[in-house]
Amino acid sequence: MTRIDRIAEPWGTRTPYGSGGDWPVRVDTHLAEGVAPEDVDRWVQTASLLHSNGDAMDIAVKDNRIVGVRGRAVDRVNHGRLGPKDLYGWQANASPDRLTKPLVREGGKLVETDWDTAMQRVVDRSKALLAEQGPSAIGFYTTGQLFSEEYYTLGAIAHGGIGTNHVDGNTRLCTATAGEALKESFGCDGQPGSYTDVDHADVIALYGHNVAETQTVLWTRMLDRLAGPNPPKIICVDPRMTPVAKAATLHLAPRPGTNVALMNGILHEIISNGWVDHEYINAHTVGFAELEKEVKNYPPALVAEICGVPAELISEAASIIGHAERLLSTVLQGFYQSNQATAAAVQVNNVNIIRGMLGKPGCGILQMNGQPTAENTRECGADGDLAAFRNWSNDAHIKDLARVWNIDPMSIPHYSPPTHVMQMMRYAEDGSIRMLWVSGTNPAVSLPELARIRGILEQERLFLVVQDIFLSETAQLADVVLPAATWGEKTGTFTNVDRTVHLSEKAVDPPGEARPDLDIFIDYAHRMGLQDKDGQPLIKWNDSESAFEAWKECTRGRPCDYTGITYDKLRGGSGIQWPCNEENPDGTERIYADGKFWAHPEYCETYGRDLITGAPVDPSEYKALNPEGKAIIKAAEYMPPHELPSQDFPLQLITGRTLYQFHTRTKTGRAPELNAAAPDVWVELSADDAGAYGIAEGDLAEVATPRGSVRANVRISGIRNGVLFLPFHYGYWDTDGGHQPDGAGRAANELTITDWDAASKQPIFKTAAARVTRVSAGDGPSPAPTTTASAPVGGFPEGASTKGIPSALADEAPQIAGGAR
Amino acid sequence: MKFGLVLEEMHRSENDLAHHLLTISERHKVDHEVYHLARDLARWSQQHVRDIAAMGKNYGLDLDPEPRDEMGLMETIREKGSEMVGRRPETGMLLLRDLRELYLKACGVSADWELLAQAAQGMKDKKLLGLAGKCHPQTIRQMKWANGKLKESATQVLVS
Repeated sequence: MTRIDRIAEPWGTRTPYGSGGDWPVRVDTHLAEGVAPEDVDRWVQTASLLHSNGDAMDIAVKDNRIVGVRGRAVDRVNHGRLGPKDLYGWQANASPDRLTKPLVREGGKLVETDWDTAMQRVVDRSKALLAEQGPSAIGFYTTGQLFSEEYYTLGAIAHGGIGTNHVDGNTRLCTATAGEALKESFGCDGQPGSYTDVDHADVIALYGHNVAETQTVLWTRMLDRLAGPNPPKIICVDPRMTPVAKAATLHLAPRPGTNVALMNGILHEIISNGWVDHEYINAHTVGFAELEKEVKNYPPALVAEICGVPAELISEAASIIGHAERLLSTVLQGFYQSNQATAAAVQVNNVNIIRGMLGKPGCGILQMNGQPTAENTRECGADGDLAAFRNWSNDAHIKDLARVWNIDPMSIPHYSPPTHVMQMMRYAEDGSIRMLWVSGTNPAVSLPELARIRGILEQERLFLVVQDIFLSETAQLADVVLPAATWGEKTGTFTNVDRTVHLSEKAVDPPGEARPDLDIFIDYAHRMGLQDKDGQPLIKWNDSESAFEAWKECTRGRPCDYTGITYDKLRGGSGIQWPCNEENPDGTERIYADGKFWAHPEYCETYGRDLITGAPVDPSEYKALNPEGKAIIKAAEYMPPHELPSQDFPLQLITGRTLYQFHTRTKTGRAPELNAAAPDVWVELSADDAGAYGIAEGDLAEVATPRGSVRANVRISGIRNGVLFLPFHYGYWDTDGGHQPDGAGRAANELTITDWDAASKQPIFKTAAARVTRVSAGDGPSPAPTTTASAPVGGFPEGASTKGIPSALADEAPQIAGGAR
Repeated sequence: MKFGLVLEEMHRSENDLAHHLLTISERHKVDHEVYHLARDLARWSQQHVRDIAAMGKNYGLDLDPEPRDEMGLMETIREKGSEMVGRRPETGMLLLRDLRELYLKACGVSADWELLAQAAQGMKDKKLLGLAGKCHPQTIRQMKWANGKLKESATQVLVS
């Protein structure tokens, strides 16, 4: 057992292993000061809720308080490891500023009240709006951090009970493109790959995916492969010098907004050199000829000009990918939140498809998720989809869902795809959505163009309900605030990016009168009197396990089949990958083996969309294109971003995450070790740009776009010339402004543009034209971490590198079996 | 031969479609998807105008290769006006009207491309057929976009 500072060493100690080997176990533990493992009363099984990796862990409970966490050695995802957010984030649960009583707005102020009063206000308003305008007046906006049971209940209430089409989750901001890209290529959501593909791959290509910061434990797995025999080659596409870029065999740093051109260039080289599996293409795909024709227009010399990347590097990347025997491709926000998000992510799918690299060990695609339960919002129908991947434009699917809920098919809105959050904000702006119920998310910081969003949420005519664990920026604007329980205080399941389902059990009681989100939703359904067609309550379940059983029934026969999973089966051992049913009682590691897809016109989740216009493909067109349900190869032309640099705004702004914070810092900002590691906003620019603008490390600078400005201390980093980076976590709850800037802006989204990908409807956070000006000298280096993509270049004061506060020491126990309850 | 008339009509209708897309974009600046997409899609029609003008030379026609101006004073005023009235519900009805008109215009252009392709076959003009083959699918995509947006927006506008 060793103790190390996991702030200074986010990925911990190496445990090298070779190609095809088993990833060694390393159990990470962090307990509160003064608590030893033998003092712990009980260990309660769960998984991480602060990123999407799905790290399995046990919560340590002592005297009915959470006192620490330990990685689960037996779990397939992390083999005992935990990342910094897992190790320290749990402390936020016990913050003194948790919401403990419902609040209602009285005379302009939020005042404490009881549950009856608060719920009655919500119900009264809902009923009045339904009577006056109908379901189009009501919208629900949820998160990526609730459980399946809760999303399913919310989806059933909204789609089946209220009958509104306005249901979305904040997974729209991070993962909508992952889902859409998979649907476009395979007719269905769900990852073809498995995390174990890391163990086998000889080439791992990461597209806009800074895995070292977003899924630290997955990166640990890759680092251990790199440290062992037969390491894989790494291809990194990222305009920043991330830890991935530093470890890469080849790093491409394209100009923001040009991903489709780059991918077309790579595909051009792969196809023209014949590095494709024609047999696979002929047997299992449609659309190859279109792709061949389109990418002919993208020779490396032209792509080099568009992307600002040397042509030789494009050819070299294509050659490495083209010669891979086992290719794992992963994609995240660098593609998803950028210009032509879906089109770019689909081209990554195309690489694996035309090389026949699917359904075999090491041959995978991980269209990553940004949030831990993102997959569940999509599956359960709380993120612009219908429950269990049912196709809104297939009447048979609607009829089947109506059967499950025992309601009339007409009660389920399916005249168009469910409304995405940016469109919901527009409807709130034009006054046609008059009640918005936000659960577990913080649009007043996380949506683009914050001045506009605040203007919409502040309107008198909008009745805003916020269900959360803290008085977030959004909650401060609410008419009713409902205090919720969180991870460790309630039971439920969630599914990570490689389809692994974990159970998260209640360890302690929630504070004060806070209630599990599931109880709040069910209470609402009953108070609203929502019924099925026999006059029975629409929501027939009353706790998490009965909700899970109902959800399982809804998934029967669908791709995300959970029918073989029970709470008991998830207890004690490892997480299980869906589909898990009679045929696959232990779950399914890789889908799409032997070229079998879920894309048949009768079965597929969607008929897809035009990658440029976003127009839905109609059923007859899809049937003609893909009558047998093969993989779909979709080509796309490059379109320039909607906002390009100009004389006034000569630079490009991208935003993103840091390793130590999550979402809008609601939890990580309240965990002392994490907060100290990345305490405040910074802006990154390259050494050349810093020189050109006369700016030094730590100087205070103002970053402006046509929509607003933010002040931040400068970090001179390895970012591409002409590009600025701002982390998006920092809002106002811990400033005098409360929910808005008090003087200079701090939230990156003051600056971002209101624009979204036409296919996935995911907002574009990574292409705004911007300028930077020096305001004053700083009094030291910027608060940016030095261990991550924001690592400084050039002269940097010794001793100023990121390290943990004394309580950051955590235990590592290599090769010791553990994780028992 | 009446073919010159078809090409002239094609040139006029693509110009008109491009202009209508830009007008919609400006008029609905607060509907951000409409604003951005309509501008993107206008570029396709503008390119078609250039391509048709170049093709016209082969048939002795002198067509203006430059698409109609993008933004005049009136358009700028329209854009500002859109931002000012963006919170009023009536803008929804205007959006539906504009999308409906766009859909019909794009259908018309699509029919024109069909006429042109038929003529090209008759004249065995491979270049002309190639032009129709390149442009017509984009017109259909413009049409489908207008139709899709119309369907997506109609319910909210009409029942609220």
